Amino acid sequence: MPKRIIVIPAYNEDRTIAEVVSGALNFADRVIVVDDGSRDRTGLLARQAGALVVRHAVNRGVGAAIGTGIEAAVHLGADAVVTMDADGQHRPEDAGRVFDRLAQGDVDLVMGSRMKKSDDQGHMPAHRVLFNTLGNLLTFALFGVWVTDSQCGLRGLSAQAARTIELRTSGMESISEFIKEMKDKHWRHDEVAIKAIYTDYSMSKGQNFFLGVKVALKLVFRRFIR
Amino acid sequence: MHLQAIQIVLTCFAVFAVSRVLIRFRRGSTSVPHVALWLLFWAAVIVVSLHPDTTNRLANLLGVGRGVDTAMYLSLLLIFYLLFRSFAKIEDMDRQLTRVVRANALRELEAELAREELVKPGRSS
Repeated sequence: MPKRIIVIPAYNEDRTIAEVVSGALNFADRVIVVDDGSRDRTGLLARQAGALVVRHAVNRGVGAAIGTGIEAAVHLGADAVVTMDADGQHRPEDAGRVFDRLAQGDVDLVMGSRMKKSDDQGHMPAHRVLFNTLGNLLTFALFGVWVTDSQCGLRGLSAQAARTIELRTSGMESISEFIKEMKDKHWRHDEVAIKAIYTDYSMSKGQNFFLGVKVALKLVFRRFIR
Repeated sequence: MHLQAIQIVLTCFAVFAVSRVLIRFRRGSTSVPHVALWLLFWAAVIVVSLHPDTTNRLANLLGVGRGVDTAMYLSLLLIFYLLFRSFAKIEDMDRQLTRVVRANALRELEAELAREELVKPGRSS
């Protein structure tokens, strides 16, 4: 039986983490929560809900947390790793679908896409659609790869991809780094339609416009300076 | 020699800066090449503020109109360079910090897994 591991980076998410972990456990053999220096009870609640908790002593950003989580998953012998947000915006069954897609064995990276059409389409708020499109265009301009939802936090890696991925950035801009890695390492990829659950809580946690601009500038800077 | 107020201010500041450089050096927190560079820089500042004419010669050499402008351009260049250097340095330190934090987190995980094995012998995981 292949080993499925879900990695959840979490920073001050004690309102949602327990529910997210117990949902995720239905679709994975292990759930690893990377407590990214939270000052609330995120780590404690995640452990009580059945997750394996890895704790960053100080906050390092979502990219660094995902990197740590993937490394832990590899260490535990994962055959497939799926990352998922801690704010409850992803449905655990969508993580299951990403695992199923990976299990077909012909892809290394599976991106969840909130934009891809499916019977089960969620409704993305209009301004989110706009930011997302901008994010996709920037991703395409920088890396030459077109994906329908470059900013999605739900994605899956094959064991091979999880072992070889190198995330250099530590903040939100690492989201696009998956795509850079995919291109550099010639990973085969696919997208799976997912439905995001937008609550007031998850909306308040997401990227806002100014953060988006900052992330975009950082990406451009790194692309051309480093 | 009649000194303008700005010349006195600049000179005093340069002397103060030199003293800071020397204090840091005595504490061992700056390397010899760094100290030499900074001393050279502040010495130049003192020379230029006491004899502004020297910059005119440099200006003529470089093809800039006025000596003061030359000093401005060069300072700006230096500032941008130092800014870039500090930025790159912060990025490096950021990455190193992440590496330390991650290594630490994974070590703790190992310990937790070992404990788990002790609690539930026979369970493979």
